[in-house]
Parts: sequence; C-alpha cells; structure tokens
Amino acid sequence: MPIAGSEIVKMLPGKKPCKDCGFPTCFAFAMKLASGGATVDKCPYLSEEVKAKLVDLLAPPIKLVTVGSGENAVKVGNEEVIYRHEKTFVHSPGIALLISDKEDGAEVEEKIKKIKELQFPWVGVNLKANLLTLHFASGDKNKFLALVKKVYNSTDAGIILISEDLDVLFAARDICADRHPLLYPITKGDIDKAIPRIKENLTPVGLRGESVEQLIPLTIKLKEAGIEELVLDPGSKNLLEAIRDQTSIRKAALKQGFRPLGYPTIAFPAFMAKDGLKEMLVGSAFINKWASIIVFSDFDKYSLLPLLVQRLNIYTDPRFPMAVEEKYYEVGEPDESSPVLVTSNWALTYFLVSSAVEAAKVPAYICVKDAEGLGVLTAWAAGKFSGDSVGTFIKKCGIENKVKHRKLVIPGKVARIKGELEDALNLKWEVIIGPRETTGIGAFLPGLAKQLKG
Amino acid sequence: MDYKAPVEAYTGVVREVTIGKGNKSLKIGGENILPLHFFDQGSNPNPVKFALEILDMKPEDWPEHAVEPFKDVISDPVSWAKKCRGFAVDAVSLFLMSTDPAVKNAPADKAAALAREVAEAIDVPLIVYGSGDEKKDVEVLSKVAEVCDGMNLLIGPVLKENYEAVGKAILDHGHTAIAQSPLDINLLKELNVKLSKIFPPDRIVIDPLSSALGYGMEYSFSLIERVKQIGVITKDSMTMMPIIANLGGECWKTKQAKENKKQGLLWEGMTALSLLLAGANILVLRHPETLKLIKETIEAR
Ligand code: SF4
Repeated sequence: MPIAGSEIVKMLPGKKPCKDCGFPTCFAFAMKLASGGATVDKCPYLSEEVKAKLVDLLAPPIKLVTVGSGENAVKVGNEEVIYRHEKTFVHSPGIALLISDKEDGAEVEEKIKKIKELQFPWVGVNLKANLLTLHFASGDKNKFLALVKKVYNSTDAGIILISEDLDVLFAARDICADRHPLLYPITKGDIDKAIPRIKENLTPVGLRGESVEQLIPLTIKLKEAGIEELVLDPGSKNLLEAIRDQTSIRKAALKQGFRPLGYPTIAFPAFMAKDGLKEMLVGSAFINKWASIIVFSDFDKYSLLPLLVQRLNIYTDPRFPMAVEEKYYEVGEPDESSPVLVTSNWALTYFLVSSAVEAAKVPAYICVKDAEGLGVLTAWAAGKFSGDSVGTFIKKCGIENKVKHRKLVIPGKVARIKGELEDALNLKWEVIIGPRETTGIGAFLPGLAKQLKG
Repeated sequence: MDYKAPVEAYTGVVREVTIGKGNKSLKIGGENILPLHFFDQGSNPNPVKFALEILDMKPEDWPEHAVEPFKDVISDPVSWAKKCRGFAVDAVSLFLMSTDPAVKNAPADKAAALAREVAEAIDVPLIVYGSGDEKKDVEVLSKVAEVCDGMNLLIGPVLKENYEAVGKAILDHGHTAIAQSPLDINLLKELNVKLSKIFPPDRIVIDPLSSALGYGMEYSFSLIERVKQIGVITKDSMTMMPIIANLGGECWKTKQAKENKKQGLLWEGMTALSLLLAGANILVLRHPETLKLIKETIEAR
C-alpha cells in the first residue's frame, strides 16, 4: 500500500519554496518521495521524529534482505504484487542445499561440489542453486563448527546456519559473519537472549513461529532493537498449510499494509517431504507461492534443472515476452537446396523448432518472423503472423538469395494463411503446410529435403 | 497495530459441470474459493480431478520410461484405457491423433467406434480430444458425438473456427464441450460468449492451452490464474467455467522429459502442480507416477 504524495506533503515543513531539497516546492518533493525518486534526508528542516516516520512509511512493503556477500549475494523481498499477472515478481527465491553435520566427509564434499558445479545454460541465462544451509544436528559443537569452517573456506556461496542451540548458532556466525549468513531459528522462547548477541555482529535473522500470528510480536521486538533484516517461517507442515500461511503473509504485507509481516519468507521442503521427488514438487509450489528462500535436503542434475526452470518461468516479467531476433537462422550447414521453414519469434517456439530440425539431422533454414514474442497460433490470432506480414518478411530477409528452390514450410497450426501468403509472395513461392506440432518435424523434414535435392 | 488474518469471501461461483452418466459420472468445478484456499470463506465441493491420456494409435515418439507403465497394452487403446483404472484416475482422455490429416488421416467413423468401445470398457468418464485440425475435427467430433449418443463425454477441442458445427453435435447428443482458445483471455471469453449462445454454459469446460515447464508454462499459469480470479472474484459469467489443463503431451514432448525418467516426472509434475495452483479443475497427465506424486503432495497432512 504505497503512500500518496498528497499525504506526505502534510508532514513536510511547508516553508513555501525554500528549494533546499532541490525541488521547487514541498509538494513537488512529496510527489518525488512517493514515487521513490528522492530520499527523505534531502529536506534539512524535518524533525528526527517526522523523518523516521516518513522513512518508515516510504519503505517498500516487503523488506529487502540480503543473504551472502559479493557476487553471490542473494537478495530477496521488495516484492510489489500478490499475483504475477498484476505486474511481475522481482527477486527470485534463493535455492538452498542443506548439509547436516551428521553427514560424512564424502557426502559433504559431494554437496559442496553440487553447489559449485550444477549449472545449466538455458535460453541465454545460466541457472544454478545459490545457497548452502548448514544444519547443527550432531549435538557435537566442534563438529558443526568444523563444517562451517570448511564450507566457508571452500566456497563463496551464501550460508544459512541452523541451530536450536544459540551458543552454537552465534559461534558459527562468528566464523562466517562477513559472508552475511542467515541465522535460524530465532523463536519466541529465545528471542530475548538472542537480541544482544545478534547485535554484536548484525546479519539476517530467520524467525520461526508455530503460526503466522506468533511471528508478529517477534518481528516487532526485533525491529525495535534495530534488527530489520528478517526472514519469516510460519512453521507450515504441508502444502495446504504452506499455501494458507504464505497467502496470509503476502496479503498482510501488500494488501493490508501490515508492517510486522512485511518480510520475505523461508520454506523447508527438506523437512516437509520424505520422498526426493515430492520434496522437489513441494519446493516448486513454494516458488509459485511466494517463498523467498527454499531449502532442500538434496538434489541432482535431473531434479535441480526442472526446479530452476520453474523459478525462471515464474519470475519472468510477464510484460516482456522472450523473443529472438527477426532473421533467418541456419541449422547445420544448409545449402541452396535445403528446406526453408518459417516460424514466429517467441524464443521457445524457435528453440522447439530448431531442436527438432537439429534432431532430424537435416540442414535447414529457419526464418524467424517478429511477432512480438508470441507463439505461432497466438501471433496469428493477434494479427502478427498473417499471410501478408509473413510474405513481406520472407521477401526482405534475404532467404531468396540463399536457396534456389521456392518452397516454404509454414507451421501446420496456421495452415489457413497459405493462400494469403502465396499471394503476398506473388505466387513465386509454393507454400507447404508443415506439421502442427514440432514433434512432427522429424518425420516430415527428411522427405522434403530429398524431394528438394532430387 | 492489530492483525486480522485476511479471510476473503467471494461472490463468484464456478459452474459445476457433470461429465459421464450414471455411476460413471464425475463433477468438476463448483467452487467459490481460489485453488486450495480452504482458509477463505466458501468451499470447493469437487477437489481437483486427474485423467490419464491414451492415444488411438501406438505412440511413436514416447521415451521408453513413459511407455513402460503401459508397455503390454500400448497398441490397444481399449486395454490401455482399462489399465488406467489401476492408477486411480478420475477420467480417461482419448486422443484421436490418427485422424489428423498430417498423421494418418484415419476416417471419422473408425475413430468414433473406438471412442464408444473405450467409453463402454471403463467405469470412469471419457474425455475425447480430436486432432485439433479444425476442419477434420468437425467430421470426427460430430461422429464421435453421434455414435456415443447420450454418454455425456467431454469432447473437444471446440474452436472459434468450428464451434457452430461441433457445438451443435455435442449438444444434440447430450455431451459436454471443451472450449479451446490459444493462451489469451479475450479470445477465451469471446469463444465462451459465442458458444453460450447455442450451448448451455454449464456444459462448457475451458481449455486455455497448457504449455510445458520451460516452454511457456508461465503463460498458462498466469492465464489460468487470471481466468479463475475474474470468475470467482469479479463474478464474470463467461469465465466461471471449470478449467481443464491438458498438459501431459506438452511436457513429454520436451527434450528434458525424454532424456531421463526422473527429470520427466518432475517436468510433468511441476507443470501440473503449477497449473493446479493457478486454478485448473481437471488435469490430463501422461505418466501414472506423476499422478501419484501430485496427489500425495497435495494430500499430505
Ligand atoms: S527543503 Fe523541505 S521545506 Fe524546503 S521546499 Fe524542500 S521539502 Fe519543502
């Protein structure tokens, strides 16, 4: 619930146009503050009290929290909408791998290796998990601290520390404090003891409650103590509870403007599901349903990739479709008698078509027409893949100099543009209706290639 | 600062649609809450349902790990359909692939006879999808409707291009329609408005097209989420229909699902769970293990 400029101006000194803030009037300054284009400290005439109040009112409804440092810092929070279709989600959740100090040396090595090495190139971005969670479960303090040291020294990943024992938690924190680790869990029972220790060396704190309500007095207390980088765990035990709790927190922050719940959340599929696949599935649901840090007991390349793609999908800005450049692309080493296919420029359409052509082992040209990043059928429905416009593109893209034949394959789903397209190409091209699905390309293309050669 | 848990009460109610007849019937929709929002006021009398897909011909491009659960029946759609029962399905979805002019161009009456045989062989309702070829489907789906007269199958896709003819046959023979439009809320509403003029809206199920994880899933997710919200929250009559997410085929055609079984199950499972969380009322899956995983995940207590 952003505050309006007209509300802010009531709190400003109203010293006519003194302009010390750099704006012509208090009102202009207020408007700028409301839109996030200026900071409160620019006006020198505000009392400390008013200043603090304004800073609070202008703070984003969900606090930004940073776990980790340097290049590997994971920033979460600062979200503006409940549903992604309202605008977009902003900070994609941290995906954390849990290492327990009960695991043996080889297992620990293996997991450290996973965090470093499991990376996947995907449509121009590099996908990877980005946090390690260290869990004190052995009861042996020295063992846990040795694990923390090892991880601290051998990776530069952000760290989440889990210990029910505060002494162990803070001793571990002291080893890796400059890595800005998240300390978890702070609970109703130990918060008073914890506060002075947290303040010795401020890093983010994860609060655990048995319900959403139980978290509220805890966040209020910590904020009063000046500890504001908080992450919430409402203690959900299964998917239904998770949806209830995450929905409550998100709506409290964004719809009700309720500050004490205006923090990112942490979720533990690692502790919720016994079966590895179900753990990944619960984790994927947390991606849809707003968790900011998601902790897994284990994963491998086959279970991590789908999860990371899920995260990428849900955090893609729906206002900007992924598109590839309009031009003809060569698959393999096509020559003057190779097939020519045309499709739309939605990145995924292009990747599906090009990987199908590649798999068919037939060198070919794929002419990608700009359709504002829409898929073929949607593009056609929106008038961006009409026979006329495809014809114009084919004429100007240069493909006519690359092949001697004049046979153009269109996607089966837009078979209806055949006539219009042939007209637009002045009947110089024969338009061939290709398969409806890219899965049909493997069976279709070799026959056509043969025909074009012979 | 006092906190009051945000409990919503909405006025829109998704139409409750019945598919199948008698003891084979199944209700979908009917909710006035958002998906799994049991903490709000209202209810969902018919929790999400699951169907498995079968094809009318032996699949050619399925990876071995997708064929495996059905390997002994994969060439015989009737036995295949019967075998689905062992996996606790709520419905079976028959895809008349072979009728596609680009595949085998199999004749309509043969497809219709098969649909009837399958529908009679199983004790759950049957969903029938044509090839999606808008012209051929007029012939095929009309014939299916006629031959299966009175069985109340869920038949589609009914498209903007053929809704009059296909819609009439579905209506005349007592079936329920799947209205399909390509990933666009306006096209979807437009089709529902047109179809509703000749067809009772409480016998329409919306298919907004489901894309696979990594291949546009987020479009389907956000579209379904919007359709559900516009129906339940703002009470828009033309989006208050149950939603079918036909996603199995889309997921299993990806390179990632074919490459490795675990990756395939998660590819399909994450797509399914996303669309379920967005608001789908019935999901069509390919792999029985995915179905089991999803059910156990949402039913965990
Ligand atoms: S410096 Fe302060 S008092 Fe002066 S114009 Fe700006 S807001 Fe108003």
